[in-house]
Amino acid sequence: MTMVRHLAAAIAVAVILAVLSIQLGSYRDYQMAEVAAYVAAVAGLTVLIGLSGQISIGNGAFMAIGGYGGALLLIHLNWPLELVLLASAVIAAAAGAIFGLAAARLRGPYLAGATLMLAVALPSLADQYAGAFGGDQGLSVSINTPAFLGPTFPPTRWLAWVTCAGALITLVLLANLGRSRVGRSWRAVRDDEVAASLSGLNVARLQVLAFVVSAACAGLGGALLAVVTTIVAPGAYTLTLSIGLLTAAVIGGLGSLLGAVWGSLLLVLVPTYLTNLAASHGLSGAASSSVPIAAYGVVLIIVMLVFPAGIQGGLRRLFGPAAPAAAVPINALRRRRPASEHQEEGTT
Amino acid sequence: MQEFLEFTLGGIAVGMIYAAVALSLVLIWRGTRVLNYSQGGMAMFTTYIAWLVIRHTGNYWLGFVVALASGLALGAILERTVVRPTEGKAPLNSVIVTIGLLIFLEGLAGIIFGGQYRSFPAAFSVTGLKIGGVALGISSSDVFTAVAVLAAAAALALVFRYAAVGLRLRATAFSQSVSRLLGVRIGRVLTLGWALAGLFGALAGVLVTPSTFLYPNSMDAIFVLGFTAAVIGGLDSPVGAVVGGVLLGVVLSYAGGYIGSELVLVYGLVVLALVLMIRPSGLFSAATTRRV
Repeated sequence: MTMVRHLAAAIAVAVILAVLSIQLGSYRDYQMAEVAAYVAAVAGLTVLIGLSGQISIGNGAFMAIGGYGGALLLIHLNWPLELVLLASAVIAAAAGAIFGLAAARLRGPYLAGATLMLAVALPSLADQYAGAFGGDQGLSVSINTPAFLGPTFPPTRWLAWVTCAGALITLVLLANLGRSRVGRSWRAVRDDEVAASLSGLNVARLQVLAFVVSAACAGLGGALLAVVTTIVAPGAYTLTLSIGLLTAAVIGGLGSLLGAVWGSLLLVLVPTYLTNLAASHGLSGAASSSVPIAAYGVVLIIVMLVFPAGIQGGLRRLFGPAAPAAAVPINALRRRRPASEHQEEGTT
Repeated sequence: MQEFLEFTLGGIAVGMIYAAVALSLVLIWRGTRVLNYSQGGMAMFTTYIAWLVIRHTGNYWLGFVVALASGLALGAILERTVVRPTEGKAPLNSVIVTIGLLIFLEGLAGIIFGGQYRSFPAAFSVTGLKIGGVALGISSSDVFTAVAVLAAAAALALVFRYAAVGLRLRATAFSQSVSRLLGVRIGRVLTLGWALAGLFGALAGVLVTPSTFLYPNSMDAIFVLGFTAAVIGGLDSPVGAVVGGVLLGVVLSYAGGYIGSELVLVYGLVVLALVLMIRPSGLFSAATTRRV
């Protein structure tokens, strides 16, 4: 039943997006494609953090793996696009599985540190193996608009269609996964590992699975982004990208797929706006391009301290039912120490 | 043999930097069970402050002292303002807040100082030392690095061992609730821990930056390697942090020297993965049983 509902919603959204993409100009279509590519990656991350209670600061690295994997398949094997996208998700998932197996033994800060290291270390591989990965310049990726759409069909509209389809499929799959036995088990593990383990859940396997799912989503997002920007280069997959994904997931509301959409919208629209705003106030080019980076930091801190449920949590409180089920995932993650041990801190 | 000597000594010198970063992480982790991901960003920022001072006064040592002092201040301020409110909440909150701090400091540095690479002076000559015609693979600057970090670590050890405030730091790390019952003002102790961590981070920043250039992301790689060193040492033990730093420095120096130096971070990642898989609690902490 849920499956049918999610599918129906996705089809309705797909129709709206298709109409929208025809109405909008090519620049807006391009932005729409960019947002959709980020949605795939951010949705995977928000599921990882919000549902399974693990954190990754390295999903930009999995985007890089998906992006480079997709680019190499397109360039050397000339696979059809849908197969390339699927394969890049699979490649990133495999990398996520390897990493996740090591990470399954790690608790929060260790895991975050290890993924941070992955994000910092991975771009150096592209420089080292310049023959395969094109070094600093990266690889260029291009896809053709299919012939049946006719020669005059705008290429950016086709990009928007491809990426939105990818994002919607990802969202439907994740929504179903979240409602399934697996999703419930993730929540159980997140809320209390000991209790989950005593109930017969395989905690380690569930955590690795969540990691693999988020890596696969990041890989697909990376391949989609590569197709949209027509290039994969190490400069695009910096730590800033990984933290940008985290910012999008946090501001949207951890664990909320709709929140991932809001977060991705902001991730694409706000940096450009802020950079232009700063430049118009007389900041130099390099300085104004740093403004969005500082803004990510401010957003992460303020959202976590003031309204940890994010945008979607706020919307749910405004319009939703009285007792939202997933609006408070962060509080559920509270350490199992007696609260009294810490509460007096601010007054000392 | 000659190469081996060079790689070993060079590794120890670099390892001292990792040790300083690792110490700063351990100082905070022990007190608050928070891993401070912004440590690299803080160190980068205090190094920029030193750079400004040195550029305007031409006095290296003034810049050095200002960097350490601003590290102390920055640590204390950040703990009081943004880290304290995450106390008692899920560990995830403090992880995300300190990551937010990291990217905020990097963005702020980009806004104030621009993104270009700046050279940062070293205290002493960076030409290689020789003993009897044998190159050692290290310079006077490296020797200063090692001496400075060891001296700071020794001072810390003395404070921990003999000063009343050191006892309070250790007591708080051991058990917050017991310490509070015994009259320790936990809030101040935690702030002090962050301030000291800021100082060690700042020290690492001014010592390493002559060889890396100064730019908003300049401490990212150093930070993750310092984190690796802290994990090797067990995150809980200051001695482990120093030993972990030196071990990591030497291992990476061999790997860089004999295999190729471009992938140092990837080797670091491999070391981290191996340590975490074999002994997740670090080489120097007593084995504790996991609950799940």
